[in-house]
Amino acid sequence: MFRNTYDSDNTVFSPQGRLHQVEYALEAVKQGSAVVGLRSKTHAILVALKRAPSELASYQKKMLRIDNHMGIGFAGLTSDARVLSNYMRQLALSSRLLYSRPLPISRVVNALADRAQLNTMQYGKRPYGVGFLIIGVDSTGPHLYEFSPTGNCFEYHAMSLGARSQSAKTYLERNYEKFQDADLDKLILHGLYALRDTLQQNKDLELDQVSLSIVGPGADADSNTPAARTGEKFKIIDGEALRRWMDMMEPKQIPGSTTTAAASSAAGANSGADQGGEGGASTSGEVQPMEE
Amino acid sequence: MNYLPGQTWSSQPAQHHHQFASASYNTDPSAHTSQPIVTGTSVIAIRFKDGVMMATDTLASYGSLARFMDIKRIEKVGENTILGASGDMSDWQYVQHTLDKLMLREQNENDGHILSPSQIYAYLARVMYNRRSKMDPIWNSFVLAGVDPKDGSPFLGYVDLLGTTYSASTIATGFGLHLAQPLLRKAVEGREDQIEEEEAKRILEECMKVLFYRDARSLNRFVIATVTKEGSKISEPYSVPTSWGFAEMLRGYGPQTQ
Repeated sequence: MFRNTYDSDNTVFSPQGRLHQVEYALEAVKQGSAVVGLRSKTHAILVALKRAPSELASYQKKMLRIDNHMGIGFAGLTSDARVLSNYMRQLALSSRLLYSRPLPISRVVNALADRAQLNTMQYGKRPYGVGFLIIGVDSTGPHLYEFSPTGNCFEYHAMSLGARSQSAKTYLERNYEKFQDADLDKLILHGLYALRDTLQQNKDLELDQVSLSIVGPGADADSNTPAARTGEKFKIIDGEALRRWMDMMEPKQIPGSTTTAAASSAAGANSGADQGGEGGASTSGEVQPMEE
Repeated sequence: MNYLPGQTWSSQPAQHHHQFASASYNTDPSAHTSQPIVTGTSVIAIRFKDGVMMATDTLASYGSLARFMDIKRIEKVGENTILGASGDMSDWQYVQHTLDKLMLREQNENDGHILSPSQIYAYLARVMYNRRSKMDPIWNSFVLAGVDPKDGSPFLGYVDLLGTTYSASTIATGFGLHLAQPLLRKAVEGREDQIEEEEAKRILEECMKVLFYRDARSLNRFVIATVTKEGSKISEPYSVPTSWGFAEMLRGYGPQTQ
C-alpha cells in the first residue's frame, strides 16, 4: 500500500530528512498537462496544453485571471488551483479597495508560499497538489513566478511545469537570452515552440488544445484613470484567435511524415474537433496522466 | 452623572450611587467622541511648478484657550508625502501612529514597492470612512500632499471625519476654507505650472497672515512644508510682520477702557 515508510504523515521526516508527502504533491504537478511561461522587458506570457477528460467533454481550463494585471497558469489538481486562485483574487481585490493599488506580484506570491508552507508542517493537513506559473505587471515591470506545493517560490526569466515539461525547459534554457528584447509575437512563438517540445515525437500542436495568456505594459494602471483603457491587461486567448501565431510557426519535423504544421493546422480548421479530441484523450499506449 | 454632554471635567470626583447593591457597573450608555477637545485650526495647501506646498500654525487650542503653542500639525509620511491636520489633536496623534505602522509594514516588505501619495491618501480615506461608519469618527480634516516619485506628478487631496474626499490644486480646511480658499484660488488656479517656489511661499504666508488677523484660534507662528520630486521638507516655525494700526481707534482693540 505505501511506497515508503515515513510517507503517511507529512509532519514526520524520513531518516533521510525528506517529507515524502510533499514530494508526492510535486508528482501531482508533474502529472498535469504542460504550462510554459516567458518574460520579456515589456510582457509576460503563458502558453499551455489543454486536455479534455473525454471526447464528449470540453477542454479543462488551464489559466485563470486574478486581476487586471495578474493571472496564473497551473498544472495539477484544478480544484486546488481554484481554492488558491480565489485566495489570490481576495488579496488583489483588498489591495485595490484599501490602497487603490494593484497588488505587487511578489507579495501575492509570498502570501501563497506562506499558505502552502503551513500545509507541509501541520498535522492532518495535506500539501496542495497544484503548481502555478504566475504572470503579472506591477510598478517594477513584468514578472514571472513559479509557485510549488513545497512553499518554494522563485522568479524566472522563463519556466515550465507539468507533463514532459523538461523538454520545454531545455528549449527555454537554450533560448532565454533572446526573450528580454523579443517583441510580443516573437515571445509567443518561443512559448509555442517550447510547448511543442513537450509533445510526443509524432504529434504536433492543435489549435484547440493550446491556451495563451498575455499581460503587458499599463496593465497595472489605476482603473479610475484614462491610462487603464490603453493598458494591456491580463487576457486569455483560445481557439481561432490563436491561429495567427500557429500559422507563423515553423512546421515541426515529424519523422516519417511529410505533413507540415501549417498544412495540418489548416486542415484542423475543418476537422479540428476530431483531432482535438484525439489530442485530448490520447489513445496511445502511454499511461495518460491525470488532471482532475 | 451630573455633568453635561461633552463636558470633560467635573468639580467633584465621579460618584457611584450605591442605592442598588448590584449596580457596581457603569450604567451610562457608552459614548463615542461627540466633539473635539484640543484642536488645531486651518491647514492650507497649494500646487506649484515643482510640487506642492502646505502651511499650518503651531497652535493647539483648548476651547478658546491657546493651550499648546508648539505643536506639529504637519508630518512626513514616507519620503514623498506630507499630511496636515486640523481638528482634534489626540485623534491626529492616533492617525500619525496608524500611518507610521502602515509605512513600517511597507518598509519591512523591502521589495521595492513604495506607496505613492495617492495610495496613502486612498488608505487614509478608507480609515476615515470606516470610523464614521462605526459612528465613531476620527475628528479631523486632513490635507495630504505629495509628489509621485515615479512620474513626478503632484497630488493634493482632502479627507475629513465623514470620509469625504476631493482633490484640487488649492485646498483649505476649517476657517481657512472660508477665509483663505478664495485667495488661494485667485492666486493659483490656472497658474499651477508657472508658480515658482518663492511665489508659492509668498501666497501661503499672505494667507496665514489673513487667517491670523481674523481667526481667533490661530497663531502667528507657522511652518511651511514643501514636497518636490527630490523629497519633502518642513520649515522651522516662523512669523510674518503684522500691523494693527487700523485698530487704534476701534473700541475694544485700542487703549480705551470703555
